[in-house]
Amino acid sequence: MFYREAGDFKVSYSQDSQTFPIRFDRYRYYVVLAVAFGVVPFLINDYWANAILLPFLIYAIAAIGLNILTGYCGQVSLGTGGFMAVGAYACYKLMTAFPDVSMFIHVLLAGGITAVVGVLFGLPSLRIKGFYLAVATLAAQFFLVWLFNRVPWFYNYSASGQINSPERDVFGIIITGPNAPAWATYLFCLIFLSICALIARNLTRGTVGRTWMAIRDMDIAAEIIGVNPLKAKLSAFAVSSFFVGISGALFFAIYLGAVEVGEVFGIQKSFLVLFMVIIGGLGSIFGSFAGAAFLVLLPVVLKVVGADMLGWPTDIVAHLQLVIVGALIILFLILEPHGLAQLWRVAKEKLRLWPFPH
Amino acid sequence: MSEQLVYAMEVILNGLMAGVLYALVALGFVLIFKASGIFNYAQGVMALFAAMTLVGIMNGQVPFSHLINAIFGSHITQFGWQVPAVIAILLTMAVMVLLAWCVQQFVMRHLVNQEPIILFMATIGLAYFLEGVADLMWGSEIKSLDVGLPQGINLWIDETTLNIFGYGFFIDNLDIVATIVAALLVIALVAFSQYTKQGRAMRAVADDHQAALSVGISLNFIWVMVWSVAGFVALVAGIMWGTKSGVQFSLSLIALKALPVLMLGGFTSIPGAIVGGLIIGVGEKLFEFAIGPLVGGATENWFAYVLALIFLVFRPQGLFGEKIIERV
Repeated sequence: MFYREAGDFKVSYSQDSQTFPIRFDRYRYYVVLAVAFGVVPFLINDYWANAILLPFLIYAIAAIGLNILTGYCGQVSLGTGGFMAVGAYACYKLMTAFPDVSMFIHVLLAGGITAVVGVLFGLPSLRIKGFYLAVATLAAQFFLVWLFNRVPWFYNYSASGQINSPERDVFGIIITGPNAPAWATYLFCLIFLSICALIARNLTRGTVGRTWMAIRDMDIAAEIIGVNPLKAKLSAFAVSSFFVGISGALFFAIYLGAVEVGEVFGIQKSFLVLFMVIIGGLGSIFGSFAGAAFLVLLPVVLKVVGADMLGWPTDIVAHLQLVIVGALIILFLILEPHGLAQLWRVAKEKLRLWPFPH
Repeated sequence: MSEQLVYAMEVILNGLMAGVLYALVALGFVLIFKASGIFNYAQGVMALFAAMTLVGIMNGQVPFSHLINAIFGSHITQFGWQVPAVIAILLTMAVMVLLAWCVQQFVMRHLVNQEPIILFMATIGLAYFLEGVADLMWGSEIKSLDVGLPQGINLWIDETTLNIFGYGFFIDNLDIVATIVAALLVIALVAFSQYTKQGRAMRAVADDHQAALSVGISLNFIWVMVWSVAGFVALVAGIMWGTKSGVQFSLSLIALKALPVLMLGGFTSIPGAIVGGLIIGVGEKLFEFAIGPLVGGATENWFAYVLALIFLVFRPQGLFGEKIIERV
């Protein structure tokens, strides 16, 4: 009834090629943005920010990044945790070396540094494919975590081996450290997420995205029709690592504040982000959001239901959580291999015809 | 003979032993990959699950006791009996077969014809699921496992080497047992796949699912069998690693150790898994011995991966893997 393209005429090329061609989609997008920027910051408190909103925003950036590499370009990566660590440590080094420079620039630079590292570890993808590549990216994961653990220069020779984010402000508002107000940290992450999502959305429907998808669908055929695999694969690694680096920097500087690399950016983190991408839907920006939201909310909901309402011991709830996450992943793969995004697409198809299906 | 060289020889020997243990885990991967094209990430967790089940049965623990106690407020933990190791191992094997059947019935059967990467993800989900179930069933605390395998320094080798080099090598009895067991296991597996009816059926399925189906081989049965055999290998690996370093969560991480072994040896080759395991075992011990102190140690975490990565750049299918031929 309300969701349809009938009567939505395009009279110019720019209208025809806009990001959301259907009017309802466009309005929904504006409403979501307006609520996220204009309403949520006034309602937010510390619990909501730290338990749900910040992790969601940050993981969504990481999931978009990994989705570009795995979902759009078909290169499975298990090194996300390692690349997030690169972002975090790059941000830390920049923050401590240049205290007066704006955090925006630090986070962006951290993303840039991660992109370089990502390209470096992406080089083998030109020779190695499939599982072999997935395992090869584990080399990045273990090597990077080891590097940040063992080379004191990276954690500024601190005695604990941890990195702690010093207090920094943007336009006079503190956004890192324990004194940062919840709304400021939220807005800071939200700005990055919006920009990343916008870039990703537009990259994936342009030339670059199409070459990625050609490589994903069949790399040899893509090569024959003139796609340069070197450029396509390495650009996917670069863009993906850029996003993952940003999310790692935010995860450290804004969300946690103190990081022990093996614990925070270990292999579990790589799998978590990969699960977000799978559950959300490979090759879908919306899916990255949905997957991140799902896996951030699930433990919170389980904890509230299991530990607070039923009063079970927390270790049992934690084990149950493993069982449920595992079962859900299998269930999703069996029922809907294309994830939450596909469910949303099916729902939209239904909505287009509703309430007059004939 | 110089002292350094003798040390290096000891390191190499220990590396070979460790490599055998890696190969043991890698074998499970290769079996499933060959027969069904599934890259089974859950192999390490299966080893953990098997070891925990074995300990639980031997100690007469009540399965899911924590969960039952939490729901009903009861306080049961033990049946109050001890089960001898041999019977417990047989019972655990039965559990692993049951697990194989469940995996086939509830997971893999529904994922036939999906892309390999989807199957891989499913096994990661399975790994999480199994880990949670194992913890719920038997509790997550560290347990010690003793099925009567010899442990401690091997005095004979110590004495012999002391006489020859003037320095006694430290070789663990358990490692020697593990080496022998791994060798026997490989021989048994090769014999099984070459000379028995089921083994031939398994190879046929590995070659071509549809062709195997058309000559009357039951895919379902073969896959349950393959997962059972992988469960058996996991049990053996679980016993070895569990005796060595206790039954705990980190046991499941040996799967990660086995991955570079697989890459090096090739996913489809049983001898490859053995040779790859030995190369990785010796390589990482030697590297840690020679370069480790210079760069801060603990290089074992990543050396195997980087070695495999560099190796793959020159030979993408691994040492013994089938040549990759691609067509459009």
